Amino acid sequence: MSAEQRDEPGNLRWFLTGMRGVISLPAIILMTSYVGFAAFALQAGLTRSEAVVMTLGVWALPSQMILVGSMLGGANIVASFLAVTLSAIRMMPMVASIVPEMRTQKTPVWLLLFLSHFIAITSWVFASTHLRDVPRQNRVAFFAGFGLTLTCTNAAIVGISYGIVSQFPPVVAGALFMLTPVYFISSIWASSRQFVVKLAFIIGIVAGPLLALVVPQFDVLIAGLGGGTVAYLIDRYRRQRRRAVEEAA
Amino acid sequence: MLEEYWTYILIIVAGFIATDFWRWLGVLAGNRLNEESEALNWVRAVATALVMAVTAKLIVFPTGVLADSPLWLRLSAAGIGFCVFLATGKKVAVGVIVPIAILVAGLFLLET
Repeated sequence: MSAEQRDEPGNLRWFLTGMRGVISLPAIILMTSYVGFAAFALQAGLTRSEAVVMTLGVWALPSQMILVGSMLGGANIVASFLAVTLSAIRMMPMVASIVPEMRTQKTPVWLLLFLSHFIAITSWVFASTHLRDVPRQNRVAFFAGFGLTLTCTNAAIVGISYGIVSQFPPVVAGALFMLTPVYFISSIWASSRQFVVKLAFIIGIVAGPLLALVVPQFDVLIAGLGGGTVAYLIDRYRRQRRRAVEEAA
Repeated sequence: MLEEYWTYILIIVAGFIATDFWRWLGVLAGNRLNEESEALNWVRAVATALVMAVTAKLIVFPTGVLADSPLWLRLSAAGIGFCVFLATGKKVAVGVIVPIAILVAGLFLLET
């Protein structure tokens, strides 16, 4: 870290505040999901350390499930790479939408490249919700505190629960599985301030499952890129018309 | 020798590089965006639509135990939960507890 950054007042305090974010509903939901991943990895024949390394190195639960799945199916490395990378394209807009809010003029690119590894859905929601309440010069420290702690905690959870928790009772497992989507639905809606985000929310939630029926494999990509673009265009048209009305008045 | 490490090579190439490549592109793209820019509005819309598409698929096409539960139960748990969440001042805890309670109640009723 560069000298100016280290000297930024309050960075340590904000790093610790970010760390404390690990004791929160979304983080705990994610931890239960990773207990599930450890059980899945064991069944799939991965060793404990392979499961931990995968959690640290990939840090995206859907991509990890796909990677384990393709290893199980005996796919070769190229096929595995393609399946995983297709599922990870969504990372690009997610990271790109957080970076402008997180950095300052002085933030070095290497630091952003390093921290981007810790962005996955849970930390994206966390950043979209909380970054705006943190002084700009401390946002990198705040996110680093949360992101690093969340990833390391979950890697530890995979290592510890591997072989211990093989299965939850069905109703508990069902409730745990459902926690993730309902948490995303309410927290993303609650944190969306702009009309365009709400619109994209609605279009994405409807288009995702519908497109899955028509074009599995590319459904999420098309729902995101197409749905997001449609939401953006509608919002822009709406803003322009309002401006025109205001000018005419 | 190579055999021993093959799984790790697979994890690094088909896991780490396959996902972080997109994160790095995201940093390079996002670093050019101004916080007030029109392009960032579009990127936000795309990111939100993507995440919600993934989320909705978890409910409509779940894996594991929920795969055997009826779709109407999952949809009504999520839908009613979201309406209650909107009606009661958008508390995230409400948006989580209500749908889970409906789902668990439904699963118990269907079991008996």
